[in-house]
Amino acid sequence: MTSTLRNVLIVGSGPAGLTAALYTARANLKPLVIEGLEAGGQLMLTTLVENFPGHRDGIMGPDLMGEMRAQAEHFGAEIIRGYVTAVDLMARPYTVTTSEAEYKCRTLIIATGASGRLLGLPSERALIGHGVSTCATCDGYFFRGKPIAVVGGGDSAMEEAVFLTRFASHVTVVHRRDTLRASKIMQDKAFANEKISFEWNAEVEEIKDSGKGEVTAMVLRNSLTNERKEIRVDGVFVAIGHTPNTRLFAGQIEMDAGGYIVTQSGTRTSVPGVFACGDVQDHVYRQAITAAGSGCMAAIDAEKYLEGLPQHLGEAHVTA
Amino acid sequence: MASDKVQTITDANFDSTINGGKPVLVDFWAEWCGPCKRLAPTVDELAADYDGKVVVGKMNVDDNPNTPSKFSIRGIPTLLLFKGGQVVEQVVGLTDKSSLKGLIDKHVA
Repeated sequence: MTSTLRNVLIVGSGPAGLTAALYTARANLKPLVIEGLEAGGQLMLTTLVENFPGHRDGIMGPDLMGEMRAQAEHFGAEIIRGYVTAVDLMARPYTVTTSEAEYKCRTLIIATGASGRLLGLPSERALIGHGVSTCATCDGYFFRGKPIAVVGGGDSAMEEAVFLTRFASHVTVVHRRDTLRASKIMQDKAFANEKISFEWNAEVEEIKDSGKGEVTAMVLRNSLTNERKEIRVDGVFVAIGHTPNTRLFAGQIEMDAGGYIVTQSGTRTSVPGVFACGDVQDHVYRQAITAAGSGCMAAIDAEKYLEGLPQHLGEAHVTA
Repeated sequence: MASDKVQTITDANFDSTINGGKPVLVDFWAEWCGPCKRLAPTVDELAADYDGKVVVGKMNVDDNPNTPSKFSIRGIPTLLLFKGGQVVEQVVGLTDKSSLKGLIDKHVA
Protein backbone atom coordinates (compact mmCIF):
# COMPACT_ATOMS: atom_id res chain seq x y z
CA MET A 1 0.00 0.00 0.00
CA THR A 2 1.37 3.41 -0.91
CA SER A 3 0.54 6.60 0.89
CA THR A 4 1.31 10.27 0.57
CA LEU A 5 4.36 11.83 2.12
CA ARG A 6 3.53 13.38 5.50
CA ASN A 7 5.20 16.46 6.95
CA VAL A 8 4.84 15.14 10.47
CA LEU A 9 4.21 11.61 11.66
CA ILE A 10 3.73 11.06 15.39
CA VAL A 11 4.06 7.62 16.95
CA GLY A 12 2.17 7.36 20.24
CA SER A 13 -0.96 8.97 21.63
CA GLY A 14 -0.31 9.82 25.28
CA PRO A 15 -0.01 13.42 26.53
CA ALA A 16 3.26 13.92 24.59
CA GLY A 17 2.01 12.60 21.25
CA LEU A 18 -1.36 14.35 21.41
CA THR A 19 0.17 17.69 22.41
CA ALA A 20 2.64 17.40 19.53
CA ALA A 21 -0.38 16.64 17.32
CA LEU A 22 -2.29 19.68 18.61
CA TYR A 23 0.60 22.07 17.96
CA THR A 24 1.58 20.69 14.55
CA ALA A 25 -2.09 20.64 13.50
CA ARG A 26 -2.45 24.29 14.48
CA ALA A 27 0.72 25.01 12.47
CA ASN A 28 -1.15 23.51 9.50
CA LEU A 29 1.32 20.64 9.13
CA LYS A 30 -1.50 18.04 8.95
CA PRO A 31 0.06 15.55 11.36
CA LEU A 32 -0.71 11.86 11.29
CA VAL A 33 -0.78 10.12 14.68
CA ILE A 34 -0.43 6.34 14.87
CA GLU A 35 -1.86 5.71 18.29
CA GLY A 36 -0.27 2.37 19.17
CA LEU A 37 -1.38 -0.58 21.25
CA GLU A 38 -1.65 1.29 24.54
CA ALA A 39 -3.60 4.17 23.00
CA GLY A 40 -3.92 7.18 25.27
CA GLY A 41 -0.91 6.07 27.26
CA GLN A 42 -0.48 5.41 30.95
CA LEU A 43 -3.19 7.85 32.06
CA MET A 44 -5.76 5.48 30.57
CA LEU A 45 -4.98 3.13 33.45
CA THR A 46 -5.37 5.73 36.21
CA THR A 47 -8.38 7.13 37.97
CA LEU A 48 -8.41 10.68 39.33
CA VAL A 49 -5.55 12.91 38.14
CA GLU A 50 -5.14 15.71 40.67
CA ASN A 51 -1.94 17.33 39.43
CA PHE A 52 -2.78 18.40 35.90
CA PRO A 53 -3.04 22.20 36.02
CA GLY A 54 -6.42 23.69 35.16
CA HIS A 55 -8.50 20.97 36.84
CA ARG A 56 -8.91 22.09 40.44
CA ASP A 57 -11.12 19.14 41.38
CA GLY A 58 -9.05 16.69 39.39
CA ILE A 59 -10.04 14.90 36.21
CA MET A 60 -10.27 11.19 35.43
CA GLY A 61 -7.23 10.02 33.42
CA PRO A 62 -9.26 8.55 30.53
CA ASP A 63 -11.38 11.72 30.36
CA LEU A 64 -8.29 13.93 30.18
CA MET A 65 -6.92 11.82 27.33
CA GLY A 66 -10.30 11.92 25.57
CA GLU A 67 -10.22 15.73 25.76
CA MET A 68 -6.63 15.94 24.46
CA ARG A 69 -7.49 13.68 21.57
CA ALA A 70 -10.65 15.60 20.67
CA GLN A 71 -8.75 18.90 20.85
CA ALA A 72 -6.00 17.64 18.50
CA GLU A 73 -8.62 16.28 16.08
CA HIS A 74 -10.57 19.54 16.26
CA PHE A 75 -7.57 21.32 14.75
CA GLY A 76 -7.12 18.74 12.02
CA ALA A 77 -4.80 16.07 13.39
CA GLU A 78 -5.46 12.68 11.82
CA ILE A 79 -5.34 9.92 14.42
CA ILE A 80 -5.40 6.30 13.32
CA ARG A 81 -5.52 3.03 15.16
CA GLY A 82 -2.47 0.98 14.42
CA TYR A 83 0.66 -0.54 15.82
CA VAL A 84 4.04 0.32 14.35
CA THR A 85 6.06 -2.77 13.56
CA ALA A 86 9.12 -1.20 11.88
CA VAL A 87 10.76 2.13 11.14
CA ASP A 88 13.49 3.03 8.70
CA LEU A 89 15.45 6.12 9.70
CA MET A 90 18.39 5.33 7.40
CA ALA A 91 16.81 6.80 4.27
CA ARG A 92 14.81 9.99 3.80
CA PRO A 93 11.93 10.44 3.80
CA TYR A 94 11.63 8.17 6.80
CA THR A 95 9.44 5.07 6.61
CA VAL A 96 7.06 3.89 9.30
CA THR A 97 5.37 0.52 8.85
CA THR A 98 2.30 -0.83 10.64
CA SER A 99 0.74 -4.25 10.18
CA GLU A 100 -1.69 -2.62 7.70
CA ALA A 101 0.24 0.08 5.85
CA GLU A 102 3.47 1.94 5.17
CA TYR A 103 3.93 5.68 5.68
CA LYS A 104 6.62 8.14 4.57
CA CYS A 105 7.39 11.27 6.54
CA ARG A 106 9.71 14.28 6.51
CA THR A 107 9.75 14.50 10.30
CA LEU A 108 9.05 11.84 12.87
CA ILE A 109 8.01 12.56 16.46
CA ILE A 110 8.59 9.62 18.76
CA ALA A 111 6.15 9.63 21.68
CA THR A 112 5.93 5.91 22.39
CA GLY A 113 6.21 6.37 26.15
CA ALA A 114 7.04 3.70 28.66
CA SER A 115 5.22 0.58 29.83
CA GLY A 116 4.91 -1.05 33.22
CA ARG A 117 7.81 -3.30 34.16
CA LEU A 118 7.48 -6.79 35.60
CA LEU A 119 9.62 -8.45 38.26
CA GLY A 120 10.92 -11.02 35.80
CA LEU A 121 9.98 -14.17 37.71
CA PRO A 122 8.79 -17.15 35.66
CA SER A 123 5.90 -17.68 38.08
CA GLU A 124 4.86 -14.07 37.57
CA ARG A 125 4.57 -14.42 33.80
CA ALA A 126 2.64 -17.67 34.13
CA LEU A 127 0.10 -16.03 36.45
CA ILE A 128 -0.61 -12.82 34.53
CA GLY A 129 -4.37 -12.59 34.24
CA HIS A 130 -4.72 -15.13 37.06
CA GLY A 131 -3.84 -12.91 39.97
CA VAL A 132 -0.74 -11.07 38.75
CA SER A 133 -1.56 -7.67 37.31
CA THR A 134 0.02 -4.37 36.30
CA CYS A 135 -3.32 -2.55 36.16
CA ALA A 136 -5.16 -1.92 39.43
CA THR A 137 -8.05 -0.10 37.76
CA CYS A 138 -8.59 -3.03 35.38
CA ASP A 139 -8.27 -5.92 37.74
CA GLY A 140 -8.95 -4.70 41.30
CA TYR A 141 -12.57 -5.72 40.86
CA PHE A 142 -11.64 -9.41 40.90
CA PHE A 143 -10.27 -9.20 44.45
CA ARG A 144 -13.30 -8.19 46.50
CA GLY A 145 -12.79 -9.14 50.12
CA LYS A 146 -9.44 -10.80 49.36
CA PRO A 147 -5.89 -10.10 50.58
CA ILE A 148 -3.54 -8.77 47.95
CA ALA A 149 -0.06 -7.27 47.64
CA VAL A 150 1.32 -4.30 45.74
CA VAL A 151 5.00 -4.47 44.84
CA GLY A 152 6.79 -1.12 44.60
CA GLY A 153 7.50 2.08 46.52
CA GLY A 154 6.81 4.91 44.10
CA ASP A 155 3.82 7.12 43.45
CA SER A 156 2.07 4.61 41.21
CA ALA A 157 2.51 1.84 43.79
CA MET A 158 0.95 4.02 46.50
CA GLU A 159 -1.87 5.12 44.22
CA GLU A 160 -2.62 1.50 43.34
CA ALA A 161 -2.46 0.40 46.98
CA VAL A 162 -4.91 3.09 48.08
CA PHE A 163 -7.21 2.41 45.13
CA LEU A 164 -7.19 -1.35 45.77
CA THR A 165 -8.39 -0.93 49.38
CA ARG A 166 -11.82 -0.28 47.83
CA PHE A 167 -11.96 -3.96 46.96
CA ALA A 168 -9.39 -5.91 48.92
CA SER A 169 -9.69 -7.02 52.54
CA HIS A 170 -6.06 -6.04 53.06
CA VAL A 171 -3.24 -4.62 50.97
CA THR A 172 0.40 -5.43 51.74
CA VAL A 173 2.90 -3.07 50.13
CA VAL A 174 6.12 -4.95 49.39
CA HIS A 175 9.12 -2.69 48.92
CA ARG A 176 12.76 -3.59 48.56
CA ARG A 177 14.03 -0.58 50.53
CA ASP A 178 13.17 0.82 53.96
CA THR A 179 11.79 4.11 52.67
CA LEU A 180 9.33 4.95 49.93
CA ARG A 181 10.23 6.84 46.78
CA ALA A 182 6.64 8.15 46.52
CA SER A 183 5.81 11.83 47.04
CA LYS A 184 4.94 12.99 50.57
CA ILE A 185 1.24 13.38 49.79
CA MET A 186 0.96 9.84 48.41
CA GLN A 187 2.95 8.38 51.32
CA ASP A 188 0.65 10.11 53.81
CA LYS A 189 -2.43 8.71 52.06
CA ALA A 190 -0.99 5.18 52.19
CA PHE A 191 0.22 5.40 55.81
CA ALA A 192 -3.16 6.74 56.94
CA ASN A 193 -5.07 3.88 55.34
CA GLU A 194 -5.75 1.19 57.92
CA LYS A 195 -6.15 -1.52 55.29
CA ILE A 196 -2.54 -1.06 54.14
CA SER A 197 0.51 -2.59 55.80
CA PHE A 198 4.16 -2.61 54.67
CA GLU A 199 6.86 -5.21 54.17
CA TRP A 200 10.19 -3.35 54.11
CA ASN A 201 13.50 -4.52 52.62
CA ALA A 202 11.56 -7.29 50.98
CA GLU A 203 12.41 -8.94 47.67
CA VAL A 204 9.82 -11.10 45.95
CA GLU A 205 11.34 -14.54 45.42
CA GLU A 206 8.36 -16.39 44.12
CA ILE A 207 4.67 -16.06 43.43
CA LYS A 208 2.68 -19.23 44.08
CA ASP A 209 1.01 -21.25 42.67
CA SER A 210 1.61 -21.58 38.93
CA GLY A 211 0.77 -25.29 39.15
CA LYS A 212 -2.77 -24.44 40.24
CA GLY A 213 -3.03 -21.55 37.78
CA GLU A 214 -3.89 -19.00 40.46
CA VAL A 215 -2.12 -16.79 42.98
CA THR A 216 -2.21 -18.24 46.48
CA ALA A 217 0.83 -16.74 48.20
CA MET A 218 4.12 -14.96 47.70
CA VAL A 219 7.53 -15.75 49.13
CA LEU A 220 9.48 -12.73 50.38
CA ARG A 221 13.13 -12.57 51.34
CA ASN A 222 14.33 -9.90 53.71
CA SER A 223 17.41 -8.39 52.10
CA LEU A 224 19.02 -7.52 55.48
CA THR A 225 18.45 -10.75 57.39
CA ASN A 226 17.98 -13.15 54.47
CA GLU A 227 14.93 -14.49 56.29
CA ARG A 228 12.19 -15.86 54.10
CA LYS A 229 8.51 -15.67 54.74
CA GLU A 230 5.38 -16.56 52.91
CA ILE A 231 2.36 -14.31 52.89
CA ARG A 232 -1.03 -15.45 51.73
CA VAL A 233 -2.41 -13.27 48.93
CA ASP A 234 -4.89 -13.78 46.14
CA GLY A 235 -3.44 -11.09 43.92
CA VAL A 236 -0.12 -9.37 43.23
CA PHE A 237 -0.07 -5.93 41.61
CA VAL A 238 3.33 -5.01 40.22
CA ALA A 239 4.18 -1.29 40.18
CA ILE A 240 7.96 -1.21 40.11
CA GLY A 241 8.52 1.34 37.38
CA HIS A 242 8.58 1.53 33.64
CA THR A 243 10.64 0.58 30.62
CA PRO A 244 10.80 2.94 27.62
CA ASN A 245 9.17 1.62 24.45
CA THR A 246 12.18 2.02 22.17
CA ARG A 247 12.82 -1.46 20.80
CA LEU A 248 11.56 -0.31 17.39
CA PHE A 249 14.35 2.22 17.11
CA ALA A 250 17.24 0.07 18.32
CA GLY A 251 20.41 0.61 16.32
CA GLN A 252 18.99 3.60 14.44
CA ILE A 253 18.98 6.30 17.09
CA GLU A 254 21.12 7.13 20.10
CA MET A 255 19.83 5.77 23.41
CA ASP A 256 21.21 5.79 26.94
CA ALA A 257 22.05 2.69 28.97
CA GLY A 258 18.44 2.42 30.17
CA GLY A 259 17.10 2.38 26.61
CA TYR A 260 15.75 5.95 26.78
CA ILE A 261 16.17 8.05 23.64
CA VAL A 262 18.82 10.74 24.10
CA THR A 263 17.59 14.25 23.28
CA GLN A 264 19.48 17.54 23.16
CA SER A 265 18.79 21.18 22.32
CA GLY A 266 15.13 20.59 23.07
CA THR A 267 13.77 17.38 21.63
CA ARG A 268 16.32 16.68 18.88
CA THR A 269 17.59 13.11 18.63
CA SER A 270 20.73 11.82 16.94
CA VAL A 271 18.81 11.61 13.64
CA PRO A 272 17.99 14.93 11.91
CA GLY A 273 14.24 15.48 11.63
CA VAL A 274 13.47 12.89 14.29
CA PHE A 275 12.29 14.26 17.63
CA ALA A 276 11.40 12.52 20.89
CA CYS A 277 9.08 13.66 23.66
CA GLY A 278 7.44 12.33 26.81
CA ASP A 279 8.46 9.32 28.86
CA VAL A 280 10.38 7.70 26.00
CA GLN A 281 13.15 10.27 26.60
CA ASP A 282 12.52 11.16 30.24
CA HIS A 283 13.26 8.95 33.20
CA VAL A 284 13.39 11.85 35.63
CA TYR A 285 10.10 13.80 35.64
CA ARG A 286 7.64 11.37 33.98
CA GLN A 287 4.54 13.49 34.56
CA ALA A 288 1.57 14.07 32.25
CA ILE A 289 2.30 17.79 32.27
CA THR A 290 6.02 17.39 31.46
CA ALA A 291 5.16 14.90 28.71
CA ALA A 292 2.67 17.39 27.25
CA GLY A 293 5.25 20.17 27.57
CA SER A 294 7.89 18.19 25.71
CA GLY A 295 5.28 17.26 23.08
CA CYS A 296 4.80 20.97 22.45
CA MET A 297 8.58 21.40 22.19
CA ALA A 298 8.84 18.55 19.68
CA ALA A 299 6.12 20.15 17.56
CA ILE A 300 7.92 23.49 17.50
CA ASP A 301 11.28 21.79 16.82
CA ALA A 302 9.73 19.84 13.93
CA GLU A 303 8.13 22.97 12.51
CA LYS A 304 11.47 24.84 12.59
CA TYR A 305 13.23 21.88 11.00
CA LEU A 306 10.69 21.74 8.17
CA GLU A 307 11.09 25.47 7.50
CA GLY A 308 14.81 24.97 6.96
CA LEU A 309 14.50 21.77 4.95
CA PRO A 310 15.31 22.05 1.23
CA GLN A 311 12.34 20.54 -0.60
CA HIS A 312 14.41 17.92 -2.43
CA LEU A 313 15.76 16.48 0.82
CA GLY A 314 12.28 15.60 1.96
CA GLU A 315 11.29 14.05 -1.33
CA ALA A 316 14.24 12.06 -2.57
CA HIS A 317 15.30 8.71 -1.23
CA VAL A 318 18.72 9.85 -0.11
CA THR A 319 20.83 7.33 1.71
CA ALA A 320 22.04 8.83 4.94
CA MET B 1 -20.26 -1.33 11.58
CA ALA B 2 -18.74 -4.70 12.23
CA SER B 3 -19.95 -4.79 15.82
CA ASP B 4 -23.32 -6.34 14.90
CA LYS B 5 -21.36 -9.51 14.14
CA VAL B 6 -20.28 -9.72 17.78
CA GLN B 7 -22.57 -11.79 19.97
CA THR B 8 -23.39 -11.06 23.57
CA ILE B 9 -22.38 -14.06 25.64
CA THR B 10 -23.80 -14.56 29.13
CA ASP B 11 -23.48 -17.11 31.91
CA ALA B 12 -26.81 -18.50 30.63
CA ASN B 13 -25.88 -19.03 26.98
CA PHE B 14 -22.15 -19.71 27.46
CA ASP B 15 -22.19 -23.53 27.35
CA SER B 16 -24.48 -23.73 24.34
CA THR B 17 -22.36 -21.13 22.51
CA ILE B 18 -18.99 -22.82 22.99
CA ASN B 19 -20.45 -26.23 22.13
CA GLY B 20 -22.17 -24.93 19.03
CA GLY B 21 -19.74 -26.55 16.54
CA LYS B 22 -17.69 -23.55 15.40
CA PRO B 23 -14.65 -22.15 17.22
CA VAL B 24 -15.66 -19.34 19.59
CA LEU B 25 -13.61 -16.31 20.60
CA VAL B 26 -14.82 -14.79 23.87
CA ASP B 27 -13.74 -11.30 24.93
CA PHE B 28 -14.11 -10.84 28.70
CA TRP B 29 -14.53 -7.12 29.42
CA ALA B 30 -16.12 -4.50 31.65
CA GLU B 31 -17.28 -0.92 31.31
CA TRP B 32 -14.64 0.37 33.76
CA CYS B 33 -11.70 -1.28 32.01
CA GLY B 34 -9.78 1.17 29.79
CA PRO B 35 -7.70 -1.43 27.93
CA CYS B 36 -10.89 -3.41 27.19
CA LYS B 37 -12.28 -0.39 25.38
CA ARG B 38 -9.09 -0.11 23.34
CA LEU B 39 -9.31 -3.77 22.38
CA ALA B 40 -13.01 -3.58 21.42
CA PRO B 41 -12.54 -2.23 17.84
CA THR B 42 -10.04 -5.03 17.14
CA VAL B 43 -12.54 -7.63 18.35
CA ASP B 44 -15.19 -6.03 16.10
CA GLU B 45 -12.84 -6.33 13.13
CA LEU B 46 -12.02 -9.97 13.93
CA ALA B 47 -15.74 -10.72 14.02
CA ALA B 48 -16.09 -9.31 10.51
CA ASP B 49 -12.93 -10.98 9.19
CA TYR B 50 -13.89 -14.43 10.51
CA ASP B 51 -17.62 -14.08 9.83
CA GLY B 52 -19.08 -17.56 9.30
CA LYS B 53 -15.88 -19.30 10.47
CA VAL B 54 -15.49 -18.21 14.09
CA VAL B 55 -18.18 -17.06 16.50
CA VAL B 56 -16.96 -13.89 18.19
CA GLY B 57 -18.64 -12.83 21.41
CA LYS B 58 -18.22 -10.51 24.36
CA MET B 59 -18.96 -11.32 27.96
CA ASN B 60 -19.40 -8.51 30.48
CA VAL B 61 -17.75 -9.74 33.70
CA ASP B 62 -19.88 -7.42 35.85
CA ASP B 63 -23.11 -8.99 34.66
CA ASN B 64 -21.77 -12.54 34.38
CA PRO B 65 -19.65 -13.54 37.38
CA ASN B 66 -19.80 -17.35 36.99
CA THR B 67 -17.97 -17.98 33.74
CA PRO B 68 -14.94 -15.73 34.49
CA SER B 69 -14.58 -17.41 37.86
CA LYS B 70 -14.84 -20.89 36.30
CA PHE B 71 -11.84 -20.03 34.08
CA SER B 72 -9.93 -18.28 36.92
CA ILE B 73 -9.99 -14.99 35.06
CA ARG B 74 -8.49 -12.34 37.31
CA GLY B 75 -7.55 -9.77 34.73
CA ILE B 76 -9.20 -8.17 31.74
CA PRO B 77 -9.20 -7.89 28.85
CA THR B 78 -8.82 -11.64 28.46
CA LEU B 79 -9.60 -13.43 25.22
CA LEU B 80 -10.29 -17.15 25.24
CA LEU B 81 -10.57 -19.17 22.06
CA PHE B 82 -12.66 -22.32 22.37
CA LYS B 83 -12.63 -25.21 19.96
CA GLY B 84 -14.85 -28.23 20.55
CA GLY B 85 -15.84 -26.67 23.88
CA GLN B 86 -12.23 -26.55 25.13
CA VAL B 87 -9.90 -23.58 25.65
CA VAL B 88 -7.21 -23.70 22.96
CA GLU B 89 -5.79 -20.17 23.25
CA GLN B 90 -5.71 -17.57 25.97
CA VAL B 91 -4.56 -13.97 25.58
CA VAL B 92 -4.38 -11.58 28.53
CA GLY B 93 -4.08 -7.85 27.99
CA LEU B 94 -3.82 -5.73 24.88
CA THR B 95 -2.62 -7.46 21.74
CA ASP B 96 -2.44 -6.24 18.16
CA LYS B 97 -4.73 -7.59 15.49
CA SER B 98 -2.13 -9.45 13.43
CA SER B 99 -0.93 -11.43 16.47
CA LEU B 100 -4.52 -12.36 17.29
CA LYS B 101 -5.15 -13.44 13.72
CA GLY B 102 -2.04 -15.61 13.91
CA LEU B 103 -3.41 -17.38 16.99
CA ILE B 104 -6.87 -17.88 15.51
CA ASP B 105 -5.48 -19.13 12.20
CA LYS B 106 -3.68 -21.97 14.02
CA HIS B 107 -7.10 -23.41 14.85
CA VAL B 108 -9.20 -22.41 11.87
CA ALA B 109 -8.70 -24.24 8.62
